[in-house]
Amino acid sequence: MSEDAEKGAVPTPAFAPWDDPQAKPLIRFQGVTKKFGEFVAIDDLSLDIYEREFFALLGPSGCGKTTLMRMLAGFENPSMGGITLAGRDIVPVPPNKRPVNMMFQSYALFPHLSVADNIAFGLKRSDMAKSEIAGRVDEMLGLVQLRKFAARKPHQISGGQRQRVALARALAKAPKLLLLDEPLGALDRKLREETQFELMDIQEKLGTTFVIVTHDQEEAMTVASRVAVMDNGRLVQVDTPERIYEFPVSRYVADFIGDVNLIEGRIETLTKDCATVVWAETMPPITAGLPQGIGAGEACVFAIRPEKVTISAERPPDAVNALPGKVLDIGYLGNMSTYHVELANGQVIKSQMTNQRRLARRAFSWEDQVWVSFTATGGLILMA
Amino acid sequence: MRNRFSWFNATSLTLGFAFLYLPILILVVYSFNSSKLVTVWAGFSTKWYGELFHDQAFMDAAIVTLKVGLASSTLATVLGTMAAYVLVRGGRFFGRTLFSGMIYAPLVVPDVITGLSLLLLFISIGLDRGIGTIVLAHATFSMCYVSVVVSSRLVSFDRALEEAALDLGCTPWDAFKSVTLPIIAPAVISGWLLAFTLSLDDLVIASFASGPSATTLPMKIFSQVRLGVSPEINALSTILISIVTVGVVTTSVLTKQAAVRRKRQEQEAAKQD
Ligand SMILES: Nc1ncnc2c1ncn2[C@@H]1O[C@H](COP(=O)(O)OP(=O)(O)O)[C@@H](O)[C@H]1O
Ligand SMILES: [Mg+2]
Repeated sequence: MSEDAEKGAVPTPAFAPWDDPQAKPLIRFQGVTKKFGEFVAIDDLSLDIYEREFFALLGPSGCGKTTLMRMLAGFENPSMGGITLAGRDIVPVPPNKRPVNMMFQSYALFPHLSVADNIAFGLKRSDMAKSEIAGRVDEMLGLVQLRKFAARKPHQISGGQRQRVALARALAKAPKLLLLDEPLGALDRKLREETQFELMDIQEKLGTTFVIVTHDQEEAMTVASRVAVMDNGRLVQVDTPERIYEFPVSRYVADFIGDVNLIEGRIETLTKDCATVVWAETMPPITAGLPQGIGAGEACVFAIRPEKVTISAERPPDAVNALPGKVLDIGYLGNMSTYHVELANGQVIKSQMTNQRRLARRAFSWEDQVWVSFTATGGLILMA
Repeated sequence: MRNRFSWFNATSLTLGFAFLYLPILILVVYSFNSSKLVTVWAGFSTKWYGELFHDQAFMDAAIVTLKVGLASSTLATVLGTMAAYVLVRGGRFFGRTLFSGMIYAPLVVPDVITGLSLLLLFISIGLDRGIGTIVLAHATFSMCYVSVVVSSRLVSFDRALEEAALDLGCTPWDAFKSVTLPIIAPAVISGWLLAFTLSLDDLVIASFASGPSATTLPMKIFSQVRLGVSPEINALSTILISIVTVGVVTTSVLTKQAAVRRKRQEQEAAKQD
């Protein structure tokens, strides 16, 4: 990989209205705060979401994802600030008058109605003509491949099928915006992965704007065009999955998304195009790209993903950063292995290497003396 | 050990059941006694049943009881369901705790006191006592039972179902009518049945609330018994017992079957993933 491709951000996707200053957002949160009594669940949050986006809200449990979504659906009102949908203020609009539908975490299927009647429920309360409803229901059943189950009650179908009924019901009224609150949380892993791709297909086919809530970072990265990482009612970073992974803006984001090595230190020198970080007396300083907003002498944390760290028996002659250590642990994952290497000062660095060779001929074993090395652009210097 | 037959278990079981059912059994047996004397067995006969149906006073009382039961339990169900809904769903409003405590007061207030206070109320507002006042009185004391039954169902009711209905375009009333009510219907029906049974059963409150124009069956039976137990009353009681037994057995069999069927369908459905 050339230095340039590595540094020059990630190739921008064809669909990127957030980079277009002319684009009008579908949803705009402006300084929204939501308090429950004294507790601040959402703290002065501003956010734009564009039409046709698959937008993921990601964060640990209790950070306010559901609350944000419920404000879009109309079940909660902001204590301060405004929310507009297609330019219209929606705060005073009750849930039943919003062109927004929600797929609930518990699916909330009506147990006394058949699958078809569940899907028709919203249509019967819209201005759709009676004669057209049956056709629309059939179309939705086709979309989620449940035609055979139209007459069943929710308790007569499996969890995966219920999830699809909930999706079809929420999509039946062709909302401008579909909200999905942890839609795949109740499914097992395999079904979950299949369904993620199904969701993406459906979203692409219909062109509806999806906002999905999840606490599973892999899920967010897989399905979303943009991901918002939340912490304690605030947005920490809103960006494409690639940028969130490669260019996290803070230690919190780097740590929350994927696996990362974090080395605490202090900036020693800043030159035109690189910085050095001292982090242990006995160790050589780390050279990395210029940080943002941190001056020389200030504390910082160096973050590097395990797959950007190479290990070798000899010190690579041209390596910018190379540190000696010994293999502490090896996690064998089949296609790759994770090596835990303990450096002389006790710091453990994780390195992930693909297993190009068969197990018997693998180069390193426990207690081996090795070198870990990485390029100057492999990691990032973040605020401590 | 647990399944072993033991004399202790057998004795407890016999004693317990004898205690519960012996009085009723005696009543049923003597309703088929051909003798007029309640304590002397003179052979099998169903003549008291025939006489019962020709006794106009009893038939009138039976009709009054049915009317009162139907009207008061329906009124109590509507009021009790509304109260339960507001107390469970209404969020925090001023005096909520006080209200939720007070709604259950009639459960512990002695019937005599409820009856007396209702009587005073009816007199002070100048209401003519009759069927109407019995209905009101019964609805008053049975609505709290309905409210207990319905609110225990509402507490376990997934709130998201109502939100889903709103989300799909229902007004709050439409959401209640087409989602909440159908789902809590079994509890509402049990509440109604409970209120109906309480009304059929009540002697004390009805005696306070009724006037000369209306006599319920329990009032009639009670006044007759003071003149001596007649076999007709045994026959009447046997009929009441049979109705209640048939009702209870059918509903429990039906519920049981429905639960078994549902369980089987759920197990089959889970296999499809
Ligand atoms: N109705 C409410 N009343 C009081 N606190 C609430 C209410 N809803 C949510 N909260 C609190 O707000 C915080 C955010 O909740 P939520 O949005 O559900 O988080 P998430 O979906 O990210 O797990 C939590 O601490 C939760 O306890
Ligand atoms: Mg949540």
